[in-house]
Amino acid sequence: MTTSSVGRLRARPAEAFLHNPALGPLGALVVAIIVFSLTTSTFLSVDNLSLVVQQSLVVATLALGQTLIVLTSGIDLANAAIMVLGTMLFARLVTEGSSPVLALIVGFVVCALLGGVSGGLVTWLNLPPFIVTLGMLTVVLAAGRLYSQGNSWPVTDPVLNVLGEGGYLFGQIKVTHGMTLAVVMFVLVWYALTQTSWGKHVYALGNDPEAARLTGIHVGRTRFSVYLIAGVIYAFAAWQALGRIPNADPNAFQTGNLDSITAVVIGGTSLFGGRGSVLGTVVGALIVAVLRSGLTQAGIDSLYQDVATGVLVIAAVAFDQLARRRSR
Amino acid sequence: MSRSSTLLACLVVPTLLAATACTATKSGSDSGGDSSGPVKIGLVTKTDTNPYFVKLRESAKAHAGTQNAEVIAVAGKFDGDNEGQVAAIENLVQQGVKGILITPSNSTGILGALKQAKEKGVLVIALDTETDPKDAVDATYATNNVTAGELQGKYVKATLGQTPPKLLLMDGTPGGTVDEQRHRGFLQGMGLKDGAPEILGAAPTNGDQNKAQAAMENLLQRDASVNAVYTLNEPAARGAVAALTAKGLAGKVAVGSIDGGCQGVADVKAGKYLATVMQFPKKMAEQGVDAVVAFSKDGTKPSGFQDTGAQLITDKPLPGLDSKDTAWGAQNCWG
Repeated sequence: MTTSSVGRLRARPAEAFLHNPALGPLGALVVAIIVFSLTTSTFLSVDNLSLVVQQSLVVATLALGQTLIVLTSGIDLANAAIMVLGTMLFARLVTEGSSPVLALIVGFVVCALLGGVSGGLVTWLNLPPFIVTLGMLTVVLAAGRLYSQGNSWPVTDPVLNVLGEGGYLFGQIKVTHGMTLAVVMFVLVWYALTQTSWGKHVYALGNDPEAARLTGIHVGRTRFSVYLIAGVIYAFAAWQALGRIPNADPNAFQTGNLDSITAVVIGGTSLFGGRGSVLGTVVGALIVAVLRSGLTQAGIDSLYQDVATGVLVIAAVAFDQLARRRSR
Repeated sequence: MSRSSTLLACLVVPTLLAATACTATKSGSDSGGDSSGPVKIGLVTKTDTNPYFVKLRESAKAHAGTQNAEVIAVAGKFDGDNEGQVAAIENLVQQGVKGILITPSNSTGILGALKQAKEKGVLVIALDTETDPKDAVDATYATNNVTAGELQGKYVKATLGQTPPKLLLMDGTPGGTVDEQRHRGFLQGMGLKDGAPEILGAAPTNGDQNKAQAAMENLLQRDASVNAVYTLNEPAARGAVAALTAKGLAGKVAVGSIDGGCQGVADVKAGKYLATVMQFPKKMAEQGVDAVVAFSKDGTKPSGFQDTGAQLITDKPLPGLDSKDTAWGAQNCWG
């Protein structure tokens, strides 16, 4: 297909799919799965594939919030720290006798507020997202460590652990409640981004905030709402994390912010904003987990796994630049 | 765009995978889980980069080579990366390892994954750090860190002789199991209790030289009458000594440490601090490998805490304290 036909065909779903920035990453994911299935005897099993999905859930959820922010040409360096603080709140409150539902409410409110504070500073004081969230990262990390009193907080509670422990078995396939929740969240965010005017505003704002403002979009309100929603999504990630490891550790997920950016970028979302998709982010998170699982099972030193992930990040940004040059 | 990006993806990914697949073939790890091949042993360390864990990994791999076994080494990304360690355990179990040797980042964070591994018939051994509860693993091969701390404390106390101690403590990470045990052991060796008036101050260093130096500089600003220093590990000792030197106190303060890294032994030889207590990661790794190999042959399982020993290293031996000199230390050090 020639580039001149792009605009004409964009409306048709099949053609639109071909122009989805997630297509390249999806191809990479399929290739990786095929290669590992052929080169190791253990990768391609229902049990293992279910594990790969479980391993990618927390970072994928963090990356979902990150995707929203990156689409507005922002970035969130504090997301994992906010999530870790969420796990600390859930775990410590319950350990000290609160009901798990109350603990969840408190955790969700705090995570949303922290997201909102970042959003407010970016929106109304016009500060760069990188700086705001860098500061927020430091503050929230310290708050988490203070609140933890230097300890980790193991917690076994049916409500807090339900996303990892609860689930359904379809034959050999284990579908945890965490996976179901992730699918629901991804579908909701996909729907909001692609089928509502709010979603169109998010893309428009990422492409060109001034043009968006001139077309009557409430740029400030939209930007703020993105950070606030991201905060809520980080609280869900915190809940997912306690499902997977029932222990709130103030030192956990130190690279979670970078891991989520990695998933977003590998998934084809542009760091310059306005271009990308939720599907891409899911695929990006899965690629990282597939590489980690597959390379481990092929007996490859874990440092090579980091090399592979890093090369993919650079390749993904190269694709993005290529796409921008072509579309000019 | 989509076509070119797909094309690039299809070029980049297989190139990466092909490169790594070659390594896999070389190490012979595709042989599957059949009983005729080498015994597969998983090793999960806290990080990839700390020289202590590097030594552990190298020793395990070298020893496995002599036992018809193969070590697959994986690690968390940083100290505290429970998520990374859990994923590593799960991936190793999928791969059909007979046993997993693990230095847990967090004593409780990985219990679920260890339980699942054990349920699948995998022998699980903790190296270097205990789990909480201790029986979450089949056995633990580690330094008795209370004893190691006590040896440092006894030596520092003996150095002071009749002089009353004025002590500064360079601790590790708040809440860390090993850190707490060494701290407690040291005070036992000194015959002191937490909160004793002889303790002028304490600071967390995270075992990091830069943090230790800054912490010691700050403590010395408050009170420079110190005559004894406890350090959690050798990097912390180096940081502390740098601050003491800048203040003109080098040589006037009895500084002890723990670890037994080759740099630490060299520091003791150079007189930067008086003594260090050596740990034996090589022994931990070798005994762990032996245990998994034995388990794969006849199903015997080790149990309980196996102390891999701690040795005081100094060139200024004191009566009543068993010690080795730095020449011996240089031959047995790690890193």
